[in-house]
Amino acid sequence: MFGMDIKTVYLMIPLAPLAGAILAGLLGKKIGRSGSHWVTILGVAVSFILSIGVFIDVHENGNTYNGEVYKWAVSGGIPLSIGFLIDQLTSVMLVVVTFVSLMVHIYTIGYMHEDPGYQRFFSYIALFTFSMLMLVMSNNFLQLFFGWEAVGLVSYLLIGFWYTRDTAIYANLKAFLVNRVGDFGFLLGIAAIYMYFGTLDYSAVFAIAPSHMETTMQIIPGMDWSLMTVICILLFIGAMGKSAQVPLHVWLPDSMEGPTPISALIHAATMVTAGIFMVARMSPLYELSTTALSVVLVIGATTALFMGLIGIVQNDIKRVVAYSTLSQLGYMTVALGSSAYAAGIFHLATHAFFKALLFLGAGSVIIAMHHEQDMRKMGGLMKYMPITGVTAWIGTLALVGFPGLSGFFSKDGIVESVYYSKLWGADYAFLCVTAGILVTSFYSFRLLYMTFHGKPRMDKHTEEHLKESPLVVTVPLVLLAIPSIFIGAILVEPMLFANFFGDSIMVLPAHDVLAELKEDWDGVGPFIAHGLTAAPFLLTMTGWVLAWLLYSRFTHLPEKIAQRAGLLYRALENKYWIDEIYFATFANGARAIGRGLWKIGDVRIIDGLIVNGSAWVVGRVSAWIRTIQSGYVYHYAFAMIIGLFLLLTLFLKR
Amino acid sequence: MFTDYLLSLVIWLPIAGGVLVLLTGDDKNAPLARWISLGVSVAAFVLSIPLYTHFDPATASMQFVEKGATPWIAAFNVYYYLGIDGISLLLIILTTFITPLVVIAGWKVIKEKVALYMASFLIMEGLIVGVFSALDGILFYVFWEAMLVPMYLIIGIWGGPNRVYAAIKFFLYTFLGSVLMLVTLIYLYYQAGNSFSILDFHAVKLGLTEQILIFLAFFAAFAVKVPMFPVHTWLPDAHVEAPTGGSVVLAAIMLKVGAYGFLRFNLPITPDASHELAWFMITLSLIAVVYIGLVALVQEDMKKLIAYSSIAHMGFVTLGFFIFNPQGMEGGIVQMVSHGFISGALFLCVGVMYDRLHSRQIGDYGGVANKMPVFAAFFMLFAMANSGLPGTSGFVGEFLVILGSFQANFWYAFLAATTLIFGAAYSLWMYKRVIFGKVANDKVEALEDATPREILFLAILAVTVLVMGLWPYPFVEVMHTSVDHLLQQASVSKL
Repeated sequence: MFGMDIKTVYLMIPLAPLAGAILAGLLGKKIGRSGSHWVTILGVAVSFILSIGVFIDVHENGNTYNGEVYKWAVSGGIPLSIGFLIDQLTSVMLVVVTFVSLMVHIYTIGYMHEDPGYQRFFSYIALFTFSMLMLVMSNNFLQLFFGWEAVGLVSYLLIGFWYTRDTAIYANLKAFLVNRVGDFGFLLGIAAIYMYFGTLDYSAVFAIAPSHMETTMQIIPGMDWSLMTVICILLFIGAMGKSAQVPLHVWLPDSMEGPTPISALIHAATMVTAGIFMVARMSPLYELSTTALSVVLVIGATTALFMGLIGIVQNDIKRVVAYSTLSQLGYMTVALGSSAYAAGIFHLATHAFFKALLFLGAGSVIIAMHHEQDMRKMGGLMKYMPITGVTAWIGTLALVGFPGLSGFFSKDGIVESVYYSKLWGADYAFLCVTAGILVTSFYSFRLLYMTFHGKPRMDKHTEEHLKESPLVVTVPLVLLAIPSIFIGAILVEPMLFANFFGDSIMVLPAHDVLAELKEDWDGVGPFIAHGLTAAPFLLTMTGWVLAWLLYSRFTHLPEKIAQRAGLLYRALENKYWIDEIYFATFANGARAIGRGLWKIGDVRIIDGLIVNGSAWVVGRVSAWIRTIQSGYVYHYAFAMIIGLFLLLTLFLKR
Repeated sequence: MFTDYLLSLVIWLPIAGGVLVLLTGDDKNAPLARWISLGVSVAAFVLSIPLYTHFDPATASMQFVEKGATPWIAAFNVYYYLGIDGISLLLIILTTFITPLVVIAGWKVIKEKVALYMASFLIMEGLIVGVFSALDGILFYVFWEAMLVPMYLIIGIWGGPNRVYAAIKFFLYTFLGSVLMLVTLIYLYYQAGNSFSILDFHAVKLGLTEQILIFLAFFAAFAVKVPMFPVHTWLPDAHVEAPTGGSVVLAAIMLKVGAYGFLRFNLPITPDASHELAWFMITLSLIAVVYIGLVALVQEDMKKLIAYSSIAHMGFVTLGFFIFNPQGMEGGIVQMVSHGFISGALFLCVGVMYDRLHSRQIGDYGGVANKMPVFAAFFMLFAMANSGLPGTSGFVGEFLVILGSFQANFWYAFLAATTLIFGAAYSLWMYKRVIFGKVANDKVEALEDATPREILFLAILAVTVLVMGLWPYPFVEVMHTSVDHLLQQASVSKL
């Protein structure tokens, strides 16, 4: 391809952004602001073009690849390597990641142009792109974990990018630690695979996995648990951290403290979907445990509905989008749980475009509003910033699943998959995702009406300075709006109903809900037509009308309803008090235990009682012995005589 | 061949250099003392490189062996007997690698008794290399005890206000354990047919009770050094009072001799007792990871925090040794080397700030990144390495030990893996309070970023930490045969 060896192409995809990151990071001062954005954009652009090439190569020519790049270490005779697996699933991720990353890079020129940390920011986002690409290209669990933690690191650095803000450095520590809780489970899952499979290589693990169908392990003595269930749940704990599923979701809303471009790139389109990607990648393992699939299904469904509900009462524009992201990640997880991995990845792809669009749109609004994020102080922005407004409408319609737009196809795929799923928990999940449609529609249109329509509520000064954002901001918005409209209609048939993913995703015939869906499928046109009369569309419209009534027509009503709703409203406003509970139990608990162990265990018992105690005993004994050493010759002579006498007695008695 | 005397050179060159530095006299000649020290320590490092390049990883027998033709002490068959395997090799290179950095770190900071300071480190370097290469029990013991003296001086002379208490606590704690070791060595001498050769000790047949007593005697000596819970309380005190260089050597190198002792003495000499008491060692190791991890979280003094973090990380080392599989043992050894780099780097980072602000209290800092961005970047890397981030050396050992301990018991791995959370919590929470935030006070406002000299030693360590994290292959590869041999020794019963 492009006259290059294919392995070189694979290598260049992650290394080009890495080179940009290193140049911008180490030589940022020398090459200056424009130098920094040019090297990183160039790196990501190269990566994007090559990714397109690889995508075509994989899907047109069927060229997949699985090979080692270098040997990381060998222990106990088992090699641990860095290597690439390029297949249908990887190629989709490559294109999604590099395209959104490229858009965000360009957008950043406009968004961050006044920031003193400009070069550092570009270095971080390019480093992120490298890490994410290594994650999705991996052919083994070691490198997966590398990428997994590396994207976590960059996320940490970027949430705390404005490191003088207390809220930002609180949020980034929280994000890292909550993710570490997930990684804790993830690492144990990897250790289990290593022990039972003797390798960390995907293809080898997948080949051996079916033979472990009946294997059990005893974690608690006397209780036999299925090995595959244990492994899958441990790995999923990792996914719950990274993809912010209940109850490890608490870090994602706070991550909005970071600059908006990374909210779009990392905390909406790419990094948070790593967990979804991982489970899809591990489909040959998850298929072997219906228990694990049920867990995935229930966790995802809970996230989809209950996080969406919180979005209804948020007033910070970014937080609404953040809770929407949580909810949509829940939808993807539900798809995985019902064995519709392809539907999960499909929604991942469409969501990446329209959610990045919504975040960048929110960022555009924030620039215009001089970094005001409270929607209660916005309103009527449409006439000042039409491009942002129109693209935000497109993003919203795609998100709520308006028939014909991209989100319609991917979300409907998920809802129908759950409908056909026979797993334990599928009924609950179906209820959650269906109710979620109404919720999604309501908070999305609420955002639009509060921000772009109605009377302007900002102060005079801000209003006078309102204007559309520059081209570097609006061009990415337009470029993201295009796939938000069309990508669903283009991809729905191949992705869900043709063998798009080939061998990269494995589904047992008994779980194949998409095959059942396929029986009703007769093309995009009829599907849209059918969508216009189906229940989900009704729910969407209900949400829309409700939002219009409350936030455009009778704007005094929401406050009254909030007062009436009492406890329910407070529960939503306080995010079910989960943050407070975690802080009180885990953060304060760990510190209290640590302090107790230190002050009592180390200081009082070990040092106080044992160390200083024995010193005290030695002191007393020697003080007593000292009295024997009186210095009088006759004392010593007397002692010698007694000693001699005793020795003689002993000697004679033998 | 020069390789025939290479070990002796690496031991005695720094010691001779140390004597030479002492001869430069008082502080009028301080620059000369500094330059000689730098030259000698770099030369010792360069000399230790052929140990790696000429090392044959295919054999488990001792290499670069030197044995005096006649006994050193004829009455007791004590020989000048040296040799290394794949385990001691890395620890020797770690020692020669860290010492030049310590010399550079003390370049401007130490203004009084410069010659004595530098000489102490050089002599200590030679003695520690001696510990890692001695194959005669008494020779080992001599090096072992002798290395305490320079450290005692470093803490006692250049230490903080409470230095005398700390120095004496350090000396007594470690000395007490060593006495029992001496008695055991003498016992083994008679059992081995009047030989002090450590390799002869390995072959001695011993009953279970004997083995357990011998194990516990060695344990007393080595556990204090590691240090293992509950004989760890000397370490935070010693670190707090020691000057930066002292802390670096203490954490990076001196803790390793304890762990090394378990590999050289306990496992091969008392294999049955090692298995019998494995539960005990594993329990203490896991207490170190969890208990000490929580204690580290609430420390207000940065040096104490890093000291506790060291104890927790060394818990991984001893855990790895006593689960008896290659991943665990290799992970433990890798962790020893990596901890040398990371803890050394963290103490140097605290030193950089201490030299400017004269405080180690976390509460006295805040917003340092505003004033010292370059330094903050290095500190970030090392804090992340301390939290075991993949791509840094801190990950490699922990990862292998967790893989190994899972095979022994799920719950070992479970408790060990909590370091993922605790390690990140105490490292990054400290980092947040010290480095991030608004400028906390006028003293922080007046801070200046790292000097080229400081950037030099931080950058050397940063590159090392990254290389070892991204490509641990060359580190692990030299130890396979030795580790397999040791596991073999530990698995053959002597009963």
